[in-house]
Amino acid sequence: MSYEEKGQIVYLGATTIGYAVYLVLVLQQLGTTPLLEIDYQPYLIATIVVAIVASILARIAIEMISPSDTYREDVRDRDIGRFGEYVAGIVLGIGMVVPFILALIEADYFWIANAMYLVFVLQAAIGAVIKLIAYRRGF
Amino acid sequence: MGRPTRVTNDIRRIRFAHDEMTQAELAERVGVTRQTIIAIEQGRYSPSLEMAFQIAHALGVDLDETFQYPTTEENR
Repeated sequence: MSYEEKGQIVYLGATTIGYAVYLVLVLQQLGTTPLLEIDYQPYLIATIVVAIVASILARIAIEMISPSDTYREDVRDRDIGRFGEYVAGIVLGIGMVVPFILALIEADYFWIANAMYLVFVLQAAIGAVIKLIAYRRGF
Repeated sequence: MGRPTRVTNDIRRIRFAHDEMTQAELAERVGVTRQTIIAIEQGRYSPSLEMAFQIAHALGVDLDETFQYPTTEENR
């Protein structure tokens, strides 16, 4: 498995686990706090920062356990990367319509911020999955 | 994605005919990762024309000995 492919697995894991943790932390408060009064901002920022730090640490740990042949990306990595980012860009473009509409109808910041976060997560996760499928099945 | 390439190749056979050149050695000569050579050999990645020439040169053979493509008749 190439360095870039390992990176996509780590990125996918960090993104999805980070979002899952955020959802659990926010939804836990539903029992005691009305939805729109939940203090979601610290959790949102914290899970993003922790996901970034965790992915860096995971990459270092993986390379210590199973070092890659090279850390340079080659033309295939770039081809797959471009294709994945193209699909992810479509997801982002379409997905951002939702928070845009929410802003237009003057929805609560809670919904706008969470819709944007979800779209960013979907964009990252779908892009990573597309790249991993391309690595495995061919491109 | 996952589009099947009609390009076939004899890289593996030619590598073994040339002092059993390893995938890693070929990858180093061409300037790609070993995983890319594996993907090309298995038909999971169709290299650019430039890379195809580089692979053929690294193996010391002609391009059409390394890579094959079905003729127009076979395509129909």
